[in-house]
Amino acid sequence: MAKVLSHLDWLESEAIHIMREVAGQCSNPVLLFSGGKDSLCLLRIAEKAFRPGRFPFPLMHVDTGHNYPEVIAFRDRKVNELGERLVVASVEESMKKGTVMLNSPNEPRNKYQSITLLEAIEEHGFDCCIGGARRDEEKARAKERIMSFRDEFGQWDPKNQRPELWDLYNARVHKGENIRAFPISNWTEMDVWQYIEREQLELPNIYYAHQRDVVKRNGAIVPVTEFTPPKPGELIENLMVRFRTVGDITCTAPVLSHADTVEKIILETASTIISERGETRLDDQMSESAMEQRKKEGYF
Amino acid sequence: MTKKTNDTVLRFMTCGSVDDGKSTLIGRLLFDTKTILTDTLSQIEKTSKKRGMSALDLSLITDGLQAEREQGITIDVAYRYFSTGTRKYIIADAPGHEQYTRNMVTAASTAECAIILIDARKGILTQTKRHTYLSKLVGIKHILVAINKMDLIDYAEDQFKEIQHDYLAFTNAINLKDTEIKFIPISALAGDMIVDRGEKLNWYNGPTLLDYLENLDASEKNAMKELRFPVQYVCRPQDSANKELHDFRGFMGRIESGLLCVNDKVKILPSGHQSEVKDIRVGNDFIEEAIPEQSVTITLKDEIDISRGDMIVHEEDSIKSTKSFNATVCWLNESPLTMNRTYLIMHAARASKAKITHIEHKIDVNTLAKEKTSQLNVNDIADLSFKLAQPLILDTYEDNRVTGAFILVDESTFHTVAAGMINNIDS
Repeated sequence: MAKVLSHLDWLESEAIHIMREVAGQCSNPVLLFSGGKDSLCLLRIAEKAFRPGRFPFPLMHVDTGHNYPEVIAFRDRKVNELGERLVVASVEESMKKGTVMLNSPNEPRNKYQSITLLEAIEEHGFDCCIGGARRDEEKARAKERIMSFRDEFGQWDPKNQRPELWDLYNARVHKGENIRAFPISNWTEMDVWQYIEREQLELPNIYYAHQRDVVKRNGAIVPVTEFTPPKPGELIENLMVRFRTVGDITCTAPVLSHADTVEKIILETASTIISERGETRLDDQMSESAMEQRKKEGYF
Repeated sequence: MTKKTNDTVLRFMTCGSVDDGKSTLIGRLLFDTKTILTDTLSQIEKTSKKRGMSALDLSLITDGLQAEREQGITIDVAYRYFSTGTRKYIIADAPGHEQYTRNMVTAASTAECAIILIDARKGILTQTKRHTYLSKLVGIKHILVAINKMDLIDYAEDQFKEIQHDYLAFTNAINLKDTEIKFIPISALAGDMIVDRGEKLNWYNGPTLLDYLENLDASEKNAMKELRFPVQYVCRPQDSANKELHDFRGFMGRIESGLLCVNDKVKILPSGHQSEVKDIRVGNDFIEEAIPEQSVTITLKDEIDISRGDMIVHEEDSIKSTKSFNATVCWLNESPLTMNRTYLIMHAARASKAKITHIEHKIDVNTLAKEKTSQLNVNDIADLSFKLAQPLILDTYEDNRVTGAFILVDESTFHTVAAGMINNIDS
């Protein structure tokens, strides 16, 4: 019987192969890095793909301005450790320029990331953005290619995708067009946690159970922050929580948990009964096709 | 005892239409392996009710895009995941009706096993033959014929046997001797013989569908034993501050077949230069031996000019580069093939300009009949002759599912217009 890679080795090897194809085919790629767990997996994969050389791309954070300070501090420290270049594309800059217009001052800014991302792509002339999206996250993602074509307006056309066969990726684009490459498409949330454990990846501490002031609103737990103040009559409680995804404060909710180590999170993930986005992404709960709509508009 | 498939990945595809219960089967697999999570379930309950159904409609689990829900069809291959602790599974779910050839070939290209669904009431249909032929064409070595809706024929053994008999008569006729074929009677709706055995099929002694998948030996994904190591990227840090890295040249890629060991004598194609492997690493870890599908970085003992697209093979290998070959091609694009136009061929890590010099014949996927043609349209399959501008290092698809495959790209639109599997290589 022939030797076969374990499932984590297989997933890692596939992801390395995809990143190297991006490096080989694209002239000016960038890796989207949020400080979240999926993009931290991408960084480890990039190390395995390109060390002892430098990454053949900079890292880019699309910053909504609504961040947990721990995550930003962590992001900067990580970039320093790696000795790679970080580009920050700021939604607040887009607001100043007038390209992002909020409907109300405290509106969630996640959907406006698309505008800022597209502006940064144009400004820097990026022909490919490497992202940490996974197909198990959401049904629109289940049908997206590993190398996904976006037109000049950043739009994804689900009915008109390039066929993708074997491991032969076609990353060719005209000027202004863009490829979104997703090396961990075939990973599940469980795979991500198992990889974090195996590689002993350090994560921002808000991924682990900690005490936090929260209120309960429409079945979700909402953290109390300067951007998400309690509404009149809501009861502030100090509870043990952890975050399963990390993004804009106004649309990322924690879950009740005592899991303060990777091992405990894996146990909890194995027995969990609510999927990652359903539980903690307030922006996807709005409609059955919220993600599909956002992707068509240029979201990653 | 640990199972031989312990902690590996298995990729399979499902062939059939909604009418055969394909979506219900996938929904059942995910539901019974506890992959469906509460919020997805509540969404499905809501939709089931909205559509006036009394029971939970498991087929909704695979419901995808807005446009699909509106039209009640599926338009593209979807990928689904579940894990049993023994194995991680990746399902490529190809729609049965819409653009079936293009979607099936896409789904099959990465699959090691095909589950072909047959409605027990209807037996073998034209589409069953088509699914079988396309699975064979794309090199799938394991076919599981799942005879579904057994509940609707009172779980009758003789009808199951009859379908089995008919199917084998058909596969004997199309020479499927290298393919392992198994049959399982199931009811996706009732959940019989998928994950649980149920109580109605006691006359059947074989494995459940999940048991079959759990024990499938797919370690021989690629028949070829010879080393194929296409170089994807060359690492030259040229770090003058670090003496060790100053002259470092790492050749990065994935082992597509065979084994590569430290000290192996290798040659680089197409140049033919020879050297020996100095070291092999994955990240910071040095390893002695690299195995198929492993992405590695190697260094050589001699300083040789190697670039992306070069192929590293063992020194004694007789493989040569070539500029003409013929292949079975599936046309994927709405604009038809234009003879004498130049296309871009992407193969392993290398691209070359290519022209199609001759259409030998088109193949009818329903009857396998060969017919003369001068046109190739979307979803057509045909044998074509190719001429290349730059030489490529090719294998036949039968020998190697990676280095025997290629895609064609339109040079002006950059669309992927065709997928090809190499049959003969001219020396």
